[in-house]
Amino acid sequence: MEFDHTWWTFFIRWLHVLSGFMWIGLLWYFNFVQTPSMPKIPDEQKPAISKVIAPAALFWFRWSALSTIIFGLILAQMNGYLTEALSLGLSDHVAKHAAIGFGMWMGLIMMFNVWFIIWPNQKKALGMVEVSDEERPKAARRAGVTSRVNTMLSIPMLYAMVSAQNLY
Amino acid sequence: MNPLDSLSGTIISGLVFTVIMVVLINAIGA
Repeated sequence: MEFDHTWWTFFIRWLHVLSGFMWIGLLWYFNFVQTPSMPKIPDEQKPAISKVIAPAALFWFRWSALSTIIFGLILAQMNGYLTEALSLGLSDHVAKHAAIGFGMWMGLIMMFNVWFIIWPNQKKALGMVEVSDEERPKAARRAGVTSRVNTMLSIPMLYAMVSAQNLY
Repeated sequence: MNPLDSLSGTIISGLVFTVIMVVLINAIGA
């Protein structure tokens, strides 16, 4: 085995996929498990989620989102299609670049949503920062809807990522 | 009604977006 460009490209892809599994796994945990379960949990047990589990999950969630994007951008540069993909394949009309480009843009939007909408609003909703009683449900709603947007985007995003490598 | 208010609406919206995206990819790559 040689530690050449092919190996390092594989290695970065492996880190990209590891990070991505953690990110999207936690996103789906929030949307498929935690949020729908909250109304079924007795009030006196809710702090176990809001004070312990959710903050820990959000820590891994936001940092894995960032590392997925960083390793993904490095990977695209190593594969030589970063610019073509970011221009959605419109510069060279290559379907593979269009596919990976759509996936990259959706991933970038999702990462922006995590760091600049979901995380700041979750801090308010979970009581990690002081806000008025009026502001708290609004922040929870904003975080929840944005998390749903990311869940929706994760479906075409993963199609784009996998199809770029296997169909085009 | 916002389709993102329910999990099933979220998934169906994601699948609709996927179909639109595939059409665009094939149009760009043609």
